[in-house]
Amino acid sequence: MKFTWFNLMPWQDLPDDFREKHRSVWVDIDSRLFDPERAHHLYNEYMDLLEYSSTLGFDGIGVNEHHQNGYGIMPSPNIIAAGLARRTKDVGLVVLGNSIALYNPPVRVAEEFAMLDCISGGRLVAGFPVGTSMDTNYCYGQIPALTREKYLEAHDLIKRAWDDPDPFAFNGRYNKLRHVNIWPRPVQKNMPIHIPGGGSVETYDFCIDNTYSYSYLSFSGYIRAKALMQGYWDRVAERNAPDDSPYRAGFAQTICVADTDEEAERLYSEHVSYFYNRCLHVHPGFADAPGYRTIKTIQSGALSQYAPPIDGYGHLSWKDLIEQGHVIAGSPETVRQRMEELIKGLRVGNIFCLMHVGNMPKDKCMYSTKLFAEKVMPKLRDMFPEYKDDNRFWCSPLKTQAKPGSLPNEQAVAQAVGGKD
Amino acid sequence: MELKTVKTHAVPVRYFEGGKGEPLVFLHGAGGLQAGDPFFAKLAEKYHVYAPLLPGYGDSEECAQLRDMLDVTLHTADVVDALGLKDPILVGHSMGGMIACEMAALAPSTVSRLGLICPAGLWLDDHPIPDLFAMLPYEMPQYLFHDVEAGTKMMTAGVALDDPEWLKGFLIMNARQMGMAGKILFPIPDRGLSQRLYRIKAKTVLIWGDGDKLIPPAYAHAFKKAIAGAELVSIAEASHMATIEKTDQVVAALSKLG
Repeated sequence: MKFTWFNLMPWQDLPDDFREKHRSVWVDIDSRLFDPERAHHLYNEYMDLLEYSSTLGFDGIGVNEHHQNGYGIMPSPNIIAAGLARRTKDVGLVVLGNSIALYNPPVRVAEEFAMLDCISGGRLVAGFPVGTSMDTNYCYGQIPALTREKYLEAHDLIKRAWDDPDPFAFNGRYNKLRHVNIWPRPVQKNMPIHIPGGGSVETYDFCIDNTYSYSYLSFSGYIRAKALMQGYWDRVAERNAPDDSPYRAGFAQTICVADTDEEAERLYSEHVSYFYNRCLHVHPGFADAPGYRTIKTIQSGALSQYAPPIDGYGHLSWKDLIEQGHVIAGSPETVRQRMEELIKGLRVGNIFCLMHVGNMPKDKCMYSTKLFAEKVMPKLRDMFPEYKDDNRFWCSPLKTQAKPGSLPNEQAVAQAVGGKD
Repeated sequence: MELKTVKTHAVPVRYFEGGKGEPLVFLHGAGGLQAGDPFFAKLAEKYHVYAPLLPGYGDSEECAQLRDMLDVTLHTADVVDALGLKDPILVGHSMGGMIACEMAALAPSTVSRLGLICPAGLWLDDHPIPDLFAMLPYEMPQYLFHDVEAGTKMMTAGVALDDPEWLKGFLIMNARQMGMAGKILFPIPDRGLSQRLYRIKAKTVLIWGDGDKLIPPAYAHAFKKAIAGAELVSIAEASHMATIEKTDQVVAALSKLG
């Protein structure tokens, strides 16, 4: 199993009447709710938490990309990942990911990911999302019906920019580049790639055909995800993939651990409620620009089947959220049991642990994270022993890693250059 | 009106045909064109009307290779050719008006009479057009109709949001139609038309509901200023769907084209 401690970086000060007074947490969220001074502390706190979790045995620490979004103040995950690369060691840097259709030209992503891979010594796990409609279409103005074509072209360009040792011309529909020849090149020859998807058949096939891991980053929990992931595994079988390794799939799950189930509710319910009530309050007109989904995907019925509850999350109580599996919370034993159900039920080898929730303060987050790392994670490690050596979807760090901050002292410098101290 | 198919280079095109008289090509707006449209019926009393559907509209085939304004403009010129028409009266509503303008600007000698009913295609910073693509169905009538209540009644007839099959059908239709429209309208319906309008040689009539809340009348003046000799007919108590709200007056204004 690969466990990644994942942080969305939510804004923590959305007002109590946010739902009533504001139409959306995303796209046209009121900028007057943002306070840069507060953000200074928040970014540093979130990066501290990512660094802290990297010391507890998680395989990866994860960041992602959203724009104009009150639950994800991370339009550039690469900036955060660069900071983390310097302050962590051994742990995978899971950038899930860069919305490659948004970069002009997309070689920018090839370059930045190569930089991250070099700085971190081969610790990058790369993600290439198509991007949500909110980010891609409404914030970044991409034409919905052309988004996928542009995405696929960007993918081909980035892959070739990494793999082709010689300069090449790229005559794409969206990118005309006469001299592609990126410097630096990534450490990892076979970059592990994860693709976030939301139930479209095209994305299933794209992952299967390229040996990429399919990630379902839902907030609706593992019970509602069953049909979607089954659709994926059925497709893996239909397309005669060489194996059905669980590492071909990943899943994001909100997790809160405490000493007992009662303590979990007492400690975390207000933060979970903040997340589901305020952070997920998105104007439905921004959910799905017409043309963004393919007709095939709409026809498959995937959207209604896997969508969040039709009347939203707002009315769901702690009990509802737990029972319906949106949130896995409780004592270490409760969480272990439910995680086991999740992992077996969805057949997923990669878990993106959403352990910071909404406006959760750092002490509670650290408490929950440590309990998970020490009392839950070790018991879930060997769920798929037959695939324990499958490393196709994870990073392969260099054996010898540079140590940041290891410059000689000034006296040693003076001696080395032959001067007097 | 009859629904027929004509072959073009890119894709077979579905079109409505009806009426007798001078040939007139009508290009529909982003909402499409339904059989029994009152505006079409009224036009057909006077003209031989051809109303081609943009690929993806109605039951017509989609066309992935139409990606941008030039593709759509040339395709629509191909449709006119394929119908065997030479210099028909060219009329467009909203998105269709934008396409008609582009055709008249690109090949000015092929379009001598141009009817533009609240066309899209320009952007004025002081008069931002509401984001059609972020609107929920129930929000639309207030932008499209002067009589919002009557417009709402019209737009919600047959809607069954509780029925998953109906909803799926609606989402597919919306994705096909608005997905296509988005190629020239999303996120801002400006593909550089303003710098080409000077090329138009056609006798041009602009027709605008003076209460248009989607593309406000400020745009009427911008078009009038940019197209030499264009005449503007303002229609009282009408919004963007003037073709439905004031059918007779719109058709009467078009008769200025001869």
